[in-house]
Amino acid sequence: MSIKLGVPSKGRLMDKTFDWFGARGVTLGRAGSDREYAGRVEGVDGVELILMAAGEIPRELAAGRIHLGVTGTDLVREKLARWDMQVEELAELGFGHADLIIAVPDFWVDVETLDDLDAVAAAFRRAHGFRLRIATKYHRLIRDHLREAGVADYQLVDSQGATEGTVNNETAEAVADITSTGETLRANHLRPLTDGPVLRSQATLFRARNAPCDEGDRAALTALIDRLGLA
Amino acid sequence: MAAGERPAFAAIPDARAAARAEAARLSARFQDAGAVPVETAVLQPAATLLDLYGEDIRARAYVTSDALRGEQMLRPDFTVPVVQMHMADGAEPARYCYAGEVFRRQEEDEDRANEYLQVGFEVFDATRPPDADAEVFALFQSILAPLSLRAATGDISILTAVVAGLQTSDKRKQALMRHIWRPRRFRALLDRYSSTAPLSDSRAALLAAADPFAGTGAEIGLRRRAEVIARLDNLREDAAADPIPTGIVALIDAVLAVREKMPFALERLRDIAVDLPWIGVAIDRLDARATALADRGVDVDALDFEASYGRTHMEYYDGFVFGFYAENRPDLPPVASGGRYDALTRHLGQGRAIPAVGGVIRPGLVLELGGLG
Repeated sequence: MSIKLGVPSKGRLMDKTFDWFGARGVTLGRAGSDREYAGRVEGVDGVELILMAAGEIPRELAAGRIHLGVTGTDLVREKLARWDMQVEELAELGFGHADLIIAVPDFWVDVETLDDLDAVAAAFRRAHGFRLRIATKYHRLIRDHLREAGVADYQLVDSQGATEGTVNNETAEAVADITSTGETLRANHLRPLTDGPVLRSQATLFRARNAPCDEGDRAALTALIDRLGLA
Repeated sequence: MAAGERPAFAAIPDARAAARAEAARLSARFQDAGAVPVETAVLQPAATLLDLYGEDIRARAYVTSDALRGEQMLRPDFTVPVVQMHMADGAEPARYCYAGEVFRRQEEDEDRANEYLQVGFEVFDATRPPDADAEVFALFQSILAPLSLRAATGDISILTAVVAGLQTSDKRKQALMRHIWRPRRFRALLDRYSSTAPLSDSRAALLAAADPFAGTGAEIGLRRRAEVIARLDNLREDAAADPIPTGIVALIDAVLAVREKMPFALERLRDIAVDLPWIGVAIDRLDARATALADRGVDVDALDFEASYGRTHMEYYDGFVFGFYAENRPDLPPVASGGRYDALTRHLGQGRAIPAVGGVIRPGLVLELGGLG
């Protein structure tokens, strides 16, 4: 038996994750060709690397099909109800920084805060006959945030990509999305609210609380955590 | 284990059957009180509920869809469809009862049921609202008497009366009214409207700017420049408005803090009304209701009244509100709850409105607490 480690299967997230483990004496890599999603692990025994889409890692952790996984805090909190009962944060990896923000058209000079957004939502609904639309894929996080702040008269519309373009396309009036530099927002004539981000996210190593573990698995897990300097 | 509340595999048939039988008994009590039994669809059009409750309902109701009818919600309560049915073709006065499952999405607490039975009683009667309030409450209290529950009561119309009479702009009153059911936002607005602090530097600069749009991005989206300009005008007007005196804010706080047995609550509110004379009519209504309750045998001297009760979880209630709680089981939600919802009938009645009051009992919780014997 061995424990399973889930890592994003492509791009900078994968490379940086490999670097982070490498710097701690655990070599991760693809097995065989670049197109293969099987992985290899050197430097520690009893650990199996599984490459998968970053967005699937929270679900796999919650189901206990992998013991450890690297993914963004944003995805874990969006996808898992009571996330802290299902996974434990072992380490923030120091890359993949991104803030979940709510942004409005830059020319809305009257809107700086959630307080303004709420007032504008009321006026918008009166003028247009429907609730102000916010495009996002982070439905739970944004809804909870807006409820907590007491914002009303808005609706969330689903946008799984190119979210910043929705305002210009008139399918939404505002957006809620992940941003790291704000470059895409500016290019699309958008600006974040000044209340601060809904969530600050970064790549994080999570442990599944409910993954089945026999004695050998537990030993392998302890050895890996030890090796990574997280004990 | 609650009957019908948290079904475990083996327990489902018995617990469900017991809860159904309890629901039938409760429904019979309501029919004895003159209610006509009605049925509603389990799948409700999502648009109506979204329009009413806003996006928050998505966190509390299960949403599904098909290509033909679009988004549908698994019935989160009966009140909305029963009001719709009555507004469409009901004769007045009318008394209805119903029994069936409601569905509530649970994302925070696994121990809360996501599917349970509700048995309800609704009165549409314009003749004497305080009497209809008392009729519903007294009926619920007598049915639930064997369980020795604590009754909580309140009245949302006292707070709306406070706001309606404030000497401030209509826009401010409108904003406060909109957030009656969101206490935190209500408080933030009240603080802002009563503040004598100057505007933030950036806001002051914006409102004074010759061209507030200088250096900003392109005009994109459905909200047009004219709407931004109109709001800037509002902000200027608001900045020039007199603050709501702190003395008045203290009186609003005093109203919201009232939490006494009914006779003392009335006395306390009458004292406050010396300085907020425009809430007198709302207090007269409360008084008339107390009298009507006493006439129906409710021990009003022992009845709890809280002026802020029902502000967070009962958003369509706009008058009398009540709930029945098992005091030794703080883990349980209220066994029964209800109130007056005149504004909902106006909203769903497309111009028509009728005074309405009602409530629901959860037979599963009644059984969990030992049943009605």
